[in-house]
Amino acid sequence: MADRLAIIASKGTLDMAYPPLILASTAAAMDMEAGIFFTFYGLDIVNKKKYHKLQVAPIGNPAMPVSVPNIVGMLPGMTAMATKMMNGMIGKSNLPSIPELITVCKESGVKLWPCQMTLDMMNISADDVIEEADMTCGAGAFLDYAMDAKISLFI
Amino acid sequence: MGDAIDIKPDSILDVKGLCCPMPVVKAKKAIDSLESGQIMEIVGTDAGSKGDIPAWAKRAGHEFLGSTEEDGGEVFHFFVKKG
Repeated sequence: MADRLAIIASKGTLDMAYPPLILASTAAAMDMEAGIFFTFYGLDIVNKKKYHKLQVAPIGNPAMPVSVPNIVGMLPGMTAMATKMMNGMIGKSNLPSIPELITVCKESGVKLWPCQMTLDMMNISADDVIEEADMTCGAGAFLDYAMDAKISLFI
Repeated sequence: MGDAIDIKPDSILDVKGLCCPMPVVKAKKAIDSLESGQIMEIVGTDAGSKGDIPAWAKRAGHEFLGSTEEDGGEVFHFFVKKG
């Protein structure tokens, strides 16, 4: 059996969408099997209405490259500004966009599983899930896959 | 990083300007079209590739032959023999 990487993607911010997709696409290039289970806000990474415009918030985020006091970060427009800044850095370093990375993952055989429970709970239609995604599933199917994984990550 | 390596590659892959994970992703795609025993040269500018390319080669069953640097460490050449 091939080495396997199993990831749970639970966050839907721009910064947290990259690690699961980068790790899974790299694992596939290293001849590993890789699968990502998108749950809770992580579902936004495979939501066609959202995945091209994920955001990063400056409020409560001391890691912003330009320090933004929380009282400023709470002002309207600050999240958009921080997102614009991060997208600028992403573009400058030639990092693929999230939709591009999804394509890379799909082409290299990475499994992309949306969490059925999250779809139901958040009232998201199955039609809103990107075509690249595999079948929806739940904790049982993910654990069955992860049971045979050498690396399991919760992101 | 080794000194100048006298290797004649069968193919050259240019990944200059690309960063993680694309050099490894493109290397995997490119080496798939080579025959076993053929040598691919990967030319890139991502310093992270110095660790990533040898690790990828080892895990994907290829042989990492070595690397060289030019332009004061701005450009890297990696040589991988397809397994």
